[in-house]
Amino acid sequence: MKKTPLYEDHIQLGARMVEFAGWQMPIQYSNLKDEHLTVRNHVGLFDVSHMGEFRLKGPRALETLQWLTTNNIAALEEDQAQYSLLPNSCGGLVDDIIVYCLKKNEDYLVCVNAANVEKDWKHFQENNKGAELVNESLYWAQIAVQGPKAFALLDSVLKINSASMKSFSLKKLNWNGHSVIFATTGYTGEKGGEIFIENKGASDLWKTLLQTGQDFGVKPIGLGARDSLRTEMKMSLYGHEIDDTTNPYEASLGWAIKPQAKDFLAKDIITKVKETGLTRSLIGFKMIDRGIPRQGYTLHDENDQEIGIVTSGTHSPTLDEPIGIGYVRPEFSQVGSFFYVDIRGKKTKASTCKTPFIAK
Amino acid sequence: MAFHIPEDYYYTKEHEWAQVDENIVTVGITEFAQDQLGEVVYCDLPEEGQKVTQGTTFGVIESVKAVSDLYSPVSGTVIEVNTTLMDDPSSLNDDPINEGWLVRIEMDSEKELANLMRAPDYKKLIADK
Repeated sequence: MKKTPLYEDHIQLGARMVEFAGWQMPIQYSNLKDEHLTVRNHVGLFDVSHMGEFRLKGPRALETLQWLTTNNIAALEEDQAQYSLLPNSCGGLVDDIIVYCLKKNEDYLVCVNAANVEKDWKHFQENNKGAELVNESLYWAQIAVQGPKAFALLDSVLKINSASMKSFSLKKLNWNGHSVIFATTGYTGEKGGEIFIENKGASDLWKTLLQTGQDFGVKPIGLGARDSLRTEMKMSLYGHEIDDTTNPYEASLGWAIKPQAKDFLAKDIITKVKETGLTRSLIGFKMIDRGIPRQGYTLHDENDQEIGIVTSGTHSPTLDEPIGIGYVRPEFSQVGSFFYVDIRGKKTKASTCKTPFIAK
Repeated sequence: MAFHIPEDYYYTKEHEWAQVDENIVTVGITEFAQDQLGEVVYCDLPEEGQKVTQGTTFGVIESVKAVSDLYSPVSGTVIEVNTTLMDDPSSLNDDPINEGWLVRIEMDSEKELANLMRAPDYKKLIADK
């Protein structure tokens, strides 16, 4: 099993470690609710070094990325980042990604999900249109700093003015002799950013962030809270809301698809649903009866006809009530629609609600 | 972390405890189980009068991240349910081995107690985790 460069730090901090996508990762340090609320109210540090990074360089880098992704990379200027999707040849999704433009037309970094690194790498190699392609996944560590106090902490440690940076922008810098890419991206809905740093500098940076962050109430945050934080924002997680069979329009990801701007893999299949209409929509819902929805539970109408499935569900630490994300037939996507979640055989009433679940 | 494991309780390998008072058995989860789960936010318990069987599930508790089945330490009839936990499971988090009890069962046969662990064996079980 792989260990991130922060493994020893996690052990010293008393983290409970679990296997995730072939990596030893911290699931929680103190307790999930406390970690979750630390990110909502103060600032939290996440080790996300397990994420994969691919580098595309050279004169054919842009062309390759344009073919492989749904969003318009040509619109990306240097030091900007973009959320995008990797379609497969059947119109499903290989992964969701963030593309970082290090030099326009010439040099891009792509961040992919840890669980998909091998599959994505094969997909990039098979569909490469002549880019210089390097898998840098084992070169980069990654630390996310998220929360209302994140900018203050980042500015103090990285000597930048992060509040002046637009969302989804980046800065290349040097910290303690190590090359760093700082980007104002995240997976919690909070202010803050993610720091790519070469492996050998990661532990020093983590320790410095923890130490400097004492004044801001910083805590290390495990994968458990990372999941509940993203669920409250209705952010998709590969393997839950999206997978190899998902049409991205159904997943409410149409904003990351730019069919007018360019051609891309399986474009015709993906965009066809715009003519034929969606057969299901991704919604957020809350429970009216008691119970917590979980991935895989089925959704039913009053006549017990199956109308959908839960993709993610938890007890929201911020709202202190259960929340769920799932696919339903389009007629149940209107806010206030009622349906039933099958929780261990019990029909439990729920209704479609506004999302994100919390205002940000 | 040091867990309090009362010597006079019986234990299942799924981390329930059973306190026996003649033929009435009070059932809960151990401090180790509570710690592993994290904060319990929901529980689904049986109703009074329901029959339960040793080693089979009689309810569910959930934390933010996970759903866990509850296994009955003995066979018998549920005679009392700690219904306060349904609305507010905080005592299950704060004091799982006393205040946070789940159900009381009138057991069919005390012979079944021989299938449960005593405190020294349970301590060994969690020491290996």
